[in-house]
Amino acid sequence: MHPILASIAIAGPETILTLGSLAALMLGSFTPQHRALTVTSLFAVAILAVAGFSLLDAPAGRSIAFDGLYVADDFSAFLKVIILAAAAASVLLALPWLGERGPDGISFGRFEYPVLLLLAALGMAMMVSANDLLSLYVGLELAALPSYVLAAFARNDARSSEAGLKYFVLGALASGMLLYGVTLVYGFAGSTQLDVIAGLVQGQAERSIGLLFGIVFLLAGLAFKVSAVPFHMWTPDVYEGAPTPVAAFFSAAPKAAALGLMARVLVVAFPGAVAADWQQIIMVIAIASMVLGAVAAVAQTNVKRLLAYSSIANIGFALVGLAPASPAGISALLFYISVYVAMTLGSFLVVLQLRRPDGSPVEAMADLAGLSKSQPRLALALAIFMFSLAGIPPLLGFWPKFAVFQAAIASGLLGLAIIGFVASVIAAFYYLRLIKIMYFDEPALALASSGSPVNGAMIAACAIFCSPIGMLAMSPLAVATARAAAALFPA
Amino acid sequence: MPILSIMILLPVVAALVVATLPGGDAERAGRARVVALATTLVEFAAGIWLWLNFDAASPAFQFGEQLELFAPYFGWSLGIDGIALMLIMLSVFLMPLCVLASWAAVNKRVPEYMAAFLLMESLMIGTFAARDIFLFYLFFEGGLIPMFLIIGIWGGARRIYASYKFFLYTLLGSVLMLVAMLWMVGQAGSSDIGVLARTDFPVGAQFWLFLAFFASFAVKMPMWPVHTWLPDAHVEAPTAGSVILAGVLLKLGGYGFIRFSLPMFPDASAQLIWLVFALSMVAVVYTSLVALVQHDMKKLIAYSSVAHMAFVTGGLFALNTQGIEGAMLLMLSHGLVSGALFLCVGVIYDRLHTREIGRYGGLADTMPKYALVLLFFTMASVGLPATSGFVAEFLVLLGLYQTSTWACLVLTTGIILGAGYMLWLYARVAYGKAAGDDTRAMPDLSAREIAILAPIVIATLWMGIYPKSFQTPMKPAIAAVVARLDGRELATVPTAMTLSPALPALASPAHAAESHH
Repeated sequence: MHPILASIAIAGPETILTLGSLAALMLGSFTPQHRALTVTSLFAVAILAVAGFSLLDAPAGRSIAFDGLYVADDFSAFLKVIILAAAAASVLLALPWLGERGPDGISFGRFEYPVLLLLAALGMAMMVSANDLLSLYVGLELAALPSYVLAAFARNDARSSEAGLKYFVLGALASGMLLYGVTLVYGFAGSTQLDVIAGLVQGQAERSIGLLFGIVFLLAGLAFKVSAVPFHMWTPDVYEGAPTPVAAFFSAAPKAAALGLMARVLVVAFPGAVAADWQQIIMVIAIASMVLGAVAAVAQTNVKRLLAYSSIANIGFALVGLAPASPAGISALLFYISVYVAMTLGSFLVVLQLRRPDGSPVEAMADLAGLSKSQPRLALALAIFMFSLAGIPPLLGFWPKFAVFQAAIASGLLGLAIIGFVASVIAAFYYLRLIKIMYFDEPALALASSGSPVNGAMIAACAIFCSPIGMLAMSPLAVATARAAAALFPA
Repeated sequence: MPILSIMILLPVVAALVVATLPGGDAERAGRARVVALATTLVEFAAGIWLWLNFDAASPAFQFGEQLELFAPYFGWSLGIDGIALMLIMLSVFLMPLCVLASWAAVNKRVPEYMAAFLLMESLMIGTFAARDIFLFYLFFEGGLIPMFLIIGIWGGARRIYASYKFFLYTLLGSVLMLVAMLWMVGQAGSSDIGVLARTDFPVGAQFWLFLAFFASFAVKMPMWPVHTWLPDAHVEAPTAGSVILAGVLLKLGGYGFIRFSLPMFPDASAQLIWLVFALSMVAVVYTSLVALVQHDMKKLIAYSSVAHMAFVTGGLFALNTQGIEGAMLLMLSHGLVSGALFLCVGVIYDRLHTREIGRYGGLADTMPKYALVLLFFTMASVGLPATSGFVAEFLVLLGLYQTSTWACLVLTTGIILGAGYMLWLYARVAYGKAAGDDTRAMPDLSAREIAILAPIVIATLWMGIYPKSFQTPMKPAIAAVVARLDGRELATVPTAMTLSPALPALASPAHAAESHH
């Protein structure tokens, strides 16, 4: 077979997503307008599902394509499953919101929404399969550009436009820094391909300052994408301003992709002696994110801002798994990502499902007062997500925290674990506050449910997964994450 | 038959049933009460079956179950020794009484209330039956969620403050313990409690591990100065919540000490007895004095609980058979007696809706049956011979005397102070004149209330007159713990405090285990 054809075959999911997104664009344009959104959305979900199933067909082990730009291994396959599932959920969960009309009679129900999501999913799939700093950058930008548009999707809403603009400006800045880091690494190491960099860097007699600078800039750009402190500033504003379905999307799939990318770049390209340099940085970022995410969330009154700070704190916990640079740590990181995606999507789904009596969406935490009486099932689901995010056993959310700290302690990072656990107690305070508002306070508003059965089913699925029943999934997940993590560490 | 799994899972299933019952509010409430009572009675029957089939001569974990459901993180590994058996018995004995006590007193969101209690029961049994250290942690921490909801939803005026305090205090203590657990399991290569209890950790590490576990258990216990969540939680919890809190949840700390701290860190335990004794001595005197000035009956009993728990820590860290046995008996006795005292407060609270001591008086005339029961439990709390409190406190002091005479001396003053505040409470509530017409008009105990309190009276007398039935199953397990502690170098400070070394030594820790059989 021609090498290009072989490469295309290896990059199966990406090929499907590329062709699928172009087809979805055509489909949307040539379908009568009142059906365009539904048809395109279902088509997009089907494409995502096909891309997911194509992963089953992939050859075992590690396959390199496009002259080393692209790699398909267990690590990328595991993350792609999460990314594709989260993207499909994001397409579906937006449908009720897209179908509604705002107070000024304008509907945002345009078919571009699922197409943009498909393109973003393509970019994210590229990110986790990037084996070269250049393909990494291309994947990152391909994921980011549709995200800017999505953030501003409610085009008549000033807050949404502001969120889009803010995200774009800061995102462009972060991309610039990342690119600067890439040039430095290339200049001081001599290659852009991750495994080649590893060999060159380990061969160097002494560590060069220039390379260190390159790593720092690279990490700054990546930290922005995962919204880790101190590059988190955009997160609360964008989550608050962007339409809720978009915020739900931002909190799930891109985080998984960026964390996966970060893990691959650091572990594959900078192993051994160089690892100590970036491990320190990761530890500082992790501690800062856990602590700031926990402390700053205490003062929030808006549910979406609260969830934004919660995602900052959770990224901090996930990064604890990256800090030891060990297979156990990466495995814990992947476990964390898979549970975190379910918890955060579930929380956003509940917020999305709730309606004030006048039909407007719920945003203020005070609106949720007495939810356990007006909507007991949604309140129960949100309580499960909150206790799970707080990491209280026996809910599933406890175990990823357990796994990352276990990996950290096994590598001797005892201080990191202690700070992390203390931060999780502070964080428990604000998760409890939401539960207090729902269960202890008297009802303020008679909240209604939007009644979307699809979203209801997704909430139920996420809630069951995060409940103690989900612990039954831990064993199979552990096998999968261990295999995926082993792919980053050449035997 | 996997009896322990059934005992853990049955209340969970019942809680799901209760929470999803069909029908209107009143119908659901009625059905929820019946289902909850039936479940707790079945659990009690299962507990009796456990006791009858328990081999009291063996120190091994019995009724063992092992399922690798959650590998590689932890295993579903269950089993009980005598200590766990007795504490499970206490839990399943108190549970039906709690349901009955809430029968009429709780009208708000009854199905959810009963579901929370059933979950609580399952988590408590799980805590005592877990043989995997992380499974233990899961149950130990999981108990926070239902208790948080019970205090926060069905509590009194300052319920929200109290629920937060309870949750965050205990959570902060526990996460440090979790770090220590993770480290220990990493070192020992197994999360089985039995294996860990046989592992000799380096003495230097034991010190830190001990302190990490201490942070958690001291908060749960609660020991001075981290006891402040308890009075708040008690005062704001509904009656049955207080009973479970005092009856079973406070025992988790003591259980933790005897299951983890003593056998896993024997050197650190021996070296740090001065810390535990100092805190216990302060606690006994300080909280007894605080109890004296309380106006709120529940707060008074809550502070007396802290004092009694200080006796438990004192007895446990006497590090000999008598002390540990006494501490175990005191935990059981305190579970019964303070639970009963909270029920007694609940009885008059249901009638007058106040816990102010000054609003009562003269109940010996108007409510003679009630006054009799209250007198009985007051005496049991003080430690009158023939009640369970006497046996337990006597053993604790006996054991403590050998290890530190000073600690024994100070703790003994606690008995006197205890008699002071309890008898004064009784005098103000039962004697004198009724504070008002509404007080005088209160009806005496109803048949349901007698049915709740009578079993506790019987159990208290039984434990006071024939404690052997409770001691026998625990003896082998306690002997195993003492054997672990045997020959460890004690901290020099408290042993040098012995007043008169010429007194006939009862038995050194080394021989206590054998001579007691």
